[in-house]
Amino acid sequence: MPAEPPVQSPRSLAEAYALLESAVAPGASGASGAPATPATPLTPIAGGTDVMVRITGELGPIPERLLDLSRLDELTGISLEPGRLVIGARTTYHEIRRSALVREHLPALVEMAATVGAAQIQNRGTIGGNVANASPAGDSLPVLLAADASVLVGSARGERLIAAADFFVSYRRTALAPDELILAIHVPLPGGRVVRFRKVGTRRAQAISKVVLALAYRDHGAAAGWSDVRVALGSVAPVPLRVAAAEAALEGARPTPEAADRAAEALAASITPIDDVRSTADYRRIVAARILHRLIREQGGW
Amino acid sequence: MSYRFLVNGAPAEVEVPGMRRLLDVLREDLALTGTKEGCGEGECGACSVILDGQVVAACLVPICQVDGRIVRTVEGLSLAVRSTDGLDALQEAFLVHGAAQCGICTPGMLMAARAYLDGGGGPDELAIREAISGNLCRCTGYTKIVDAIAAVAAHATPATPAAHTAHDARDERDARDEPA
Repeated sequence: MPAEPPVQSPRSLAEAYALLESAVAPGASGASGAPATPATPLTPIAGGTDVMVRITGELGPIPERLLDLSRLDELTGISLEPGRLVIGARTTYHEIRRSALVREHLPALVEMAATVGAAQIQNRGTIGGNVANASPAGDSLPVLLAADASVLVGSARGERLIAAADFFVSYRRTALAPDELILAIHVPLPGGRVVRFRKVGTRRAQAISKVVLALAYRDHGAAAGWSDVRVALGSVAPVPLRVAAAEAALEGARPTPEAADRAAEALAASITPIDDVRSTADYRRIVAARILHRLIREQGGW
Repeated sequence: MSYRFLVNGAPAEVEVPGMRRLLDVLREDLALTGTKEGCGEGECGACSVILDGQVVAACLVPICQVDGRIVRTVEGLSLAVRSTDGLDALQEAFLVHGAAQCGICTPGMLMAARAYLDGGGGPDELAIREAISGNLCRCTGYTKIVDAIAAVAAHATPATPAAHTAHDARDERDARDEPA
């Protein structure tokens, strides 16, 4: 059987914050004059689809202590607030697929959710977990980047909003402090913004992506072309990232064959994917460029 | 820690570490060995059980998240029916259609199919294939499994026909979208 490290299941956000705080500042919240003990990091667990694989020990160090988020109702629910869609961190892919609000305001996220794993994963995996895990292959991450989403995080020190573009610092490292939890994802209402999503994996179900891409833009018609263009990619770098050169090639452009060629070339020239067990660098570069080309062609109707 | 939940309609209580996998609690602590371990990392679906009506991989669920909830395993399928031979319609159909060969995927396949049918799923082949896409079978080539599930879906009077909503239709359409 896999390791069974200790786990705590707080019933409120305040309790969770206190546990995280004590893990960061040993002894600080202990009883009167308790000697400082070495800090043991707390690993949050929500749907468990990543963390439960880590406790097998086959992917590296086993988390030493866990913080079960399954009783924190504060992290659930999808709601519409002025100017934004708010998706609770514990929202599952299944819930995203079934949400009328997400379908109306960010349908690309519904498409994304339908490509993650299969029913067993979609019923358990959460969007907050996808963001926290920060895998370069995380399927939701390019969509969040392209949609200019932000990550609402909280701790005993208060809450703050971190732009998705600033959240993924380096390979599997995020801007989250050790005492902070992800509370929700904020997606600005697109207001005419189009967001498209494509994933390429080995098979349609249960596949980790070889390339995942999201494209976003505002269409101002024949005269002014596209603005606020975002091209975001996963599985081609240590972090999910936006590709500035491809965005620049499309800014002010119309979705013509020439613009598609320029953007695809810019994209291929500016990413440096790696060979790994799932794919080769050449394949990823060519396919990423082809996906972008194809999405632009679809938008242009040619 | 002590955790209490319902397994196949009966109350269960276990005194185990909170991070023990539901799979291990079922097999080792409750001696319900119908649920199989395949990969142990959520890829193969052999350990599929139904948790509060949703199919999940029991190898990815810590027992601390099962407290107060309802688990159905393959052992519970026949308990829920009152037919003469005591098998769930899906188990009957798997027998009739030859949908099991080595059998290691069968319990998980049955539970994924049961969750699909209980959710109002119909006999559409593509929808069935999506519903069992998280369950690997290395023997059958899936065709007989799909046939068996479709046969039950075609004959079943859905308990909750309203559950098959416009969203389902759209989900099924999404599932048919070819990747780029």
